[in-house]
Amino acid sequence: MINAVGREIPGEILKKTGKEPFKGAYANDNHEYKKAAPTVRALCDPGRSKMVENIHEALVKCGIRDGMTLSFHHHFREGDYVVNMVMEEIHKMGIKDLTICASSLGKANDPIVPYIEDGTITGIQSSGVRGKIGEAISTGRLRDLAIMRSHGGRVRAVESGEVHIDIAFIGAPTCDEYGNMRANGGKSDCGVLSYAMVDAEYADKVVALTDCLVPFPNVPASISMVHVDYVCVVDEIGNPAKIATGAAKPTTDVRKIMMADYCTQFVIHTPYFKEGFSYQTGVGGASIASTISLGKIMEERGIHMGLGLGGITTPMCELLEKGLIKKIVDTQDFDLGAIESIKRNPDHIEISASEYANPFNKGAFVNKLDFVILASLEVDVDFNCNVVVGSDGMITGAQGGHPDTAAGAKCTIVIAPLLQGRIPAICTRVTTVTTPGETVDVVITDYGIAINPRRQDLIECMKDVDLPFCTIEELRDKAYAMVGEPDPVQFDDRIVGVIEARDGTIIDVVRQIKEYEFS
Amino acid sequence: MHPNKKRLRRSMMFLNCQKPGLIKDPYIYKPDSIMLDLEDAVAENQKDAARYSLFHALQEIDYHGVERVVRINGLDTPHWKEDIRVCVAGGADTIRIAKTETAQDVRTVEEHVLAAEREFGRPEGSTLLMAALESCKGVLNALEVCQSSDRLIGIALSGGDYTKDLQTTITGTGVELMGARQHMIMAARAAGVQCWDTVFTNLDDMEGFEKETRMIKLMGFDGKSLVNPRQIAVVHKVFTPAEKEIVFAEKVVREIDDKKAKGIGVFTVDGKMIDIAFYDGAKRTLAMAKAAGVYKGEL
Amino acid sequence: MEILKTAMAGTLESSDAQVTVEPGDNGIELMIESSVIHQYGRQIRAVALETLERLDVKNARVTIFDKGALDCTLKARVECAVYRSNGVSENLPWGGVIR
Repeated sequence: MINAVGREIPGEILKKTGKEPFKGAYANDNHEYKKAAPTVRALCDPGRSKMVENIHEALVKCGIRDGMTLSFHHHFREGDYVVNMVMEEIHKMGIKDLTICASSLGKANDPIVPYIEDGTITGIQSSGVRGKIGEAISTGRLRDLAIMRSHGGRVRAVESGEVHIDIAFIGAPTCDEYGNMRANGGKSDCGVLSYAMVDAEYADKVVALTDCLVPFPNVPASISMVHVDYVCVVDEIGNPAKIATGAAKPTTDVRKIMMADYCTQFVIHTPYFKEGFSYQTGVGGASIASTISLGKIMEERGIHMGLGLGGITTPMCELLEKGLIKKIVDTQDFDLGAIESIKRNPDHIEISASEYANPFNKGAFVNKLDFVILASLEVDVDFNCNVVVGSDGMITGAQGGHPDTAAGAKCTIVIAPLLQGRIPAICTRVTTVTTPGETVDVVITDYGIAINPRRQDLIECMKDVDLPFCTIEELRDKAYAMVGEPDPVQFDDRIVGVIEARDGTIIDVVRQIKEYEFS
Repeated sequence: MHPNKKRLRRSMMFLNCQKPGLIKDPYIYKPDSIMLDLEDAVAENQKDAARYSLFHALQEIDYHGVERVVRINGLDTPHWKEDIRVCVAGGADTIRIAKTETAQDVRTVEEHVLAAEREFGRPEGSTLLMAALESCKGVLNALEVCQSSDRLIGIALSGGDYTKDLQTTITGTGVELMGARQHMIMAARAAGVQCWDTVFTNLDDMEGFEKETRMIKLMGFDGKSLVNPRQIAVVHKVFTPAEKEIVFAEKVVREIDDKKAKGIGVFTVDGKMIDIAFYDGAKRTLAMAKAAGVYKGEL
Repeated sequence: MEILKTAMAGTLESSDAQVTVEPGDNGIELMIESSVIHQYGRQIRAVALETLERLDVKNARVTIFDKGALDCTLKARVECAVYRSNGVSENLPWGGVIR
């Protein structure tokens, strides 16, 4: 069946997953459903402790068995030890057939690949995967279909009961003996615990893992004791040097600065750039450079940002300190400056991933965005983006909040250099659709800027603006003229993963990669 | 005169021919000229490899009107003859002669360029030359170098080698380059050719770079050799005429055109005495303003 | 042209290609490894073969490690390796068989 972004979703996949093909970014507005609920075991005896000796004991007490679904968060990013540590113990116990439902998995989790190969792990549901796990999925070594969901989509899946978490393992920078978890303090400070909040509320069993046990009560807690079954102290939950680095130096790459300047010029010429506007941006060099250049113009014109949303970096916090941003609403901290800011500044607030982006709650923060500045591996002439599958066909990235913010924001801007080496970022057809083109308004490259023809209003207001506008087809043609038209990646027939749209429909499938053959 | 001999050359950016990632699209930074380097940036055992890259870059990459200068190896090396052949065959706009010391150096290159133009069927005289002065002798001979050839578009100071020859170093104060700069710009103007300042290599000191650029503009230089695309915008900013200058230049050009037709030689614009001697300067101001995108008029 | 001795040109840097030519007696034996093999494998092979044909190389073992080089770079590296294998670096046929 061909879905709304023109992708063929085979009937067997629809049957196997019970999902519908993607029908449009807002096709499920007004959808009514009953939320799922966890099975809870009460603790009324004040004499009973939640403390366990080690992960093994926690697993035993949680009743770990074959076929369960386990969840993890990715706030420790490339410094995460929790996934590996828990899976190693489970592997020792000989448990099989597990599904990992993580908010994301990175290269730090490469050590679990052998457990995929030996059948300990047979299912992976994540915002994305990098490194060796991606290779394992793309080369067909995972038994079940991998499911890739956006941050909002994952919360929707959990809250609606589409995925039921048996045990949630939550790494916490600080925790008390009754399970009150905070993201601040300790050795593995990560600023916020947004992605773990929904897991704590919806999993049957919740295990807090910490390397910094603090006296009761550890409040105000990011995640409350009322959700937590067991508390386990381990030596290290992560590598602080990789959890958060110092603020990235502003880029000196002229190409990125140029794209950032185009972006800022575009932003300030839209009608949305006015007192109280809302804005989200990423961690790439061009994104950070555009935050800095936008800040200067806000200062000159006395315009304040009402809401700064999302993954947060130091330059956003600096604007908050200067009084140029009223509130930062935070789901992830990308550097030490952001972590420091949320500790100190009362206008820098932690929210849950549900509040951030769940399309099936009664309105998420992303819906209130004026601007989001995103990156993309590929964008096609229909403005569809691919942020998950590399140009070599290998799963190598994450949807993250890309589809959520794109769907929510009034003006979605994607910044991408036209060429990455020989690979054109603007192409006729993306390898895999992960964000639908109907939600992407502008693509900014080093060779020119294309506005989605659906946005005649934006085209109109840029009429007299001195920026290098062109059509998306022109950008593609420029790229192809320089590097040649790329051949499509050679895939096998077997489908190894599905890309879920925010609402749980299937926007695309990922096939097993094939050894390249000269025809 | 070759139509491009006096084109605008504020920013002349060096690029290593051996770096495919660099030479594929430098035009997006909008320099006036790029200088594809076969000399210092290329290791001695890669001189041959760089020529193949250069040839195909010149032949196959559309540089969108940016002047393509090639810096060839000095006449004291075994490389310069083949360098000239590949430049001419590839269709380089201009050849930058490294370590020029005398008018004869330029003429020697010119001879080989002419031979190559004949060999490869390029129009005779189509390849322009510029001379880099890198020694005291070269700087002292600036005038004869400037007058050596019709193909010569101008001279460029190469401060690194020159200060070594002077037995001093680049200090950042400019004191060690003062004499060379003054002497070269005078020689260039006397001969009616262009003149470019040396590179500024400390990329962390953008303030110092801008200060130096302002200074050399006041001294009369046409532009500067650059080592990084970050420097282009700064040079163009410094070389962008102010609104007031543009308005005045436009009036001067219009008035001179008008008065010339009526046979009037001297007159006033905004209370200032103006004659034909102001014409070229005003034209240059407008060309510079146009290149900077701040003048959209038709003059 | 005959491949007289093993010769190499290019680097393993991004956007470059490292080309090695070795004497052979079995036609052109071409091995390509590329970071962009799926999208550009076909074009890389075509450019390499065309270039070798222009240089009239009939027998050689040719190895290309490509890091996303454009066609103009691939040609330059193949030509350089072939001429190096002949020890030639002057009076080259620019615009002739090198084009």
